[in-house]
Amino acid sequence: MNGGSTNARSNAQAIAIDVEGLSKSFGGREVVHDLSMQVKRGSIYGFLGPNGSGKTTTIRMLCGLLTPDSGNGTCLGYDIRRDADKIKRKVGYMTQRFSLYQDLSVRENLEFVARLYGLPDARSAAAEMIARIGLGGREEQLAGELSGGWKQRLALGACTLPNPQLLLLDEPTAGVDPKARRDFWNEIHALAAEGLTVLVSTHYMDEAERCHEIAYIAYGHLLAHGTVDDVIAKSKLTTYTVTGDDLNGLPAELTGKPGIDMVAPFGTSLHVSGRDKAALEAAIVPYRNNAKWHWQAGEPSLEDVFIDLMGRSKDNFQ
Amino acid sequence: MSATDMIRNGEDREPAFGFWRRSYAMLLKEFIQLRRDRVSFAMIIMIPVMQLLLFGYAINTTPRNLPSAVLLQEDTDLGRSILKAMENTRYFRFTREVHTVEEFDQLLQSGKVLFGVEIPRGFERAVRRGDKPALLVAADATDPVAAGSALGALGPLVQSALAHDLHIGDPPDMPFEIRAHARYNPAAESRLNIVPGLVGTILTMTMLIFTALSVTREIERGTMESLLSMPIKPVEVMFGKIVPYVIVGFVQAALIIGIGVLLFGVPILGSLTLLALLTTLFITTNLSIGYTFSTIVQNQLQAMQLSMMFFLPSILLSGFMFPFAGMPVWAQYVGEGLPLTHFVRIVRAIMLKGAGMQNLQYDTIALVALMLIAMTIAVTRFRRTLD
Repeated sequence: MNGGSTNARSNAQAIAIDVEGLSKSFGGREVVHDLSMQVKRGSIYGFLGPNGSGKTTTIRMLCGLLTPDSGNGTCLGYDIRRDADKIKRKVGYMTQRFSLYQDLSVRENLEFVARLYGLPDARSAAAEMIARIGLGGREEQLAGELSGGWKQRLALGACTLPNPQLLLLDEPTAGVDPKARRDFWNEIHALAAEGLTVLVSTHYMDEAERCHEIAYIAYGHLLAHGTVDDVIAKSKLTTYTVTGDDLNGLPAELTGKPGIDMVAPFGTSLHVSGRDKAALEAAIVPYRNNAKWHWQAGEPSLEDVFIDLMGRSKDNFQ
Repeated sequence: MSATDMIRNGEDREPAFGFWRRSYAMLLKEFIQLRRDRVSFAMIIMIPVMQLLLFGYAINTTPRNLPSAVLLQEDTDLGRSILKAMENTRYFRFTREVHTVEEFDQLLQSGKVLFGVEIPRGFERAVRRGDKPALLVAADATDPVAAGSALGALGPLVQSALAHDLHIGDPPDMPFEIRAHARYNPAAESRLNIVPGLVGTILTMTMLIFTALSVTREIERGTMESLLSMPIKPVEVMFGKIVPYVIVGFVQAALIIGIGVLLFGVPILGSLTLLALLTTLFITTNLSIGYTFSTIVQNQLQAMQLSMMFFLPSILLSGFMFPFAGMPVWAQYVGEGLPLTHFVRIVRAIMLKGAGMQNLQYDTIALVALMLIAMTIAVTRFRRTLD
């Protein structure tokens, strides 16, 4: 009995998010179904999935903005149903759509947040954050007048200002240029190195690969999770990369052949994948012998895996 | 001209009935959006029907059964007959009987009665002696409309009723004289009545709309999601949104009252401090109600509509435009639920009658109660989640 509770406590110290069986419906449509996940403290956890898959809803349930219909769990050791107020004090949530005040300046927005969290010196906390996110010189600019990249930095600054233990970032890099995205991810890694836990949802595969662990969610179901290598290995997908001249007609010919589950062009090459290795190899025999093309067995990319998962889940849940 | 040129020219040409097609597309879209906004749609029907029925039945510019007090300094048959005759005119309804001049003045000053009839000591004996004594009728003339028609009816109607009852001679031979005294606004100037009421009306409109839009604006701009994810409580949001406008409202009130005094010559007979204090209370009550609307509606259009739905009865049923005492009882109950009703009484009493706090307890308590009810609803209605 005693040992159990000690275990639970040390567990709570090692685990930032621990939820089980979360479900949520809107107007009779189930958006999140029986979702369970665990996120280790200090890790960067990538949350992937197509649009409308329930990522935002899950994040909102984690920070108390939505009440789950069923399921339970803890966030930073606090019950997500009962302790929403305590969770809010220690969690920074960056919304998908810019949700700071467009008619307040950068400084005013940050000072507002600092005061809401009761920081002792809102003015200097805001000034420090402005320096940290590189918005020096733009303090007095209205948030609404900032470009997308600057807005995103301001939003990140605002949600890290109260020194949270957990960051929930909902598609933080949507519509941001590659340089700003890279800077953003460097910042996230720096924050994680300081011990912050980060849950970040994204569509970008390169961003998924920057996460310590990822989870893939589609149609409200969590389909795969683990490290990137785990997820690829568990997919049991066999992929061949085809290069050569005149690839244009090939996808149409290959698609739908028994054993071939997915054909996806990647620039000058083509990824041909199948879940059953033997069937795939049998299907491509006639094309393999054609001298025009060069076939090479390869690793499926994360994108291949996700597209495959999505295709399969579509069959199962729709 | 080549074939491709012809095709290109054809594409560039304005499509047939272009104006009508585009206008039609636009109006179809508007209709669909209107139909989706159920609340607005309901209000399109409800506002006119409700308001028409409400005001059609409630408003009465020649009010009857006005609450009146009687100061009886002697209890005689003649006195009773006179009072009966007055009630028979259907303009007066005696609700209070007092025995001292102080009580009499207090009732008039607090607005609990609109008329007071004083039957002096030795009245009957003086009548018998043929001294033609005076019967004093004091009227609260702050609202000239309410007082006017009753006072006008006083002489002839009472006299003919009395003539019938007491078998005394024709009106010219009346054995006593009715002396009407229009208090507070003897010249029956309507601006004296209108300007203080306008203070309340203007404040109601501006204050309601300030806060009625406040929560929906956060929702529509998307800032609510961020706000809700931070550790702030509904009460704190409410105070934060109300307090700045209390100051705005106070400045507005000072401006309106200042202009009323300087330009329209409306006096402030009572305490300026009390006026400022109760005006602030009234402002806060309206802001709370506006804020409550904001937590109920879904968008800014609905917020505006709800504010209008509240504003119109405030003007018409508060006693600002039409005599409160002239409305049917049910409409008076509705009126008691509107802050403007109480403020119109308060502001007229302080400015025109020099009333003090002891005369205004009821209306002050009513304003506080309305404010607390609105705040309670707002705090419980405030959605802490996005469910």
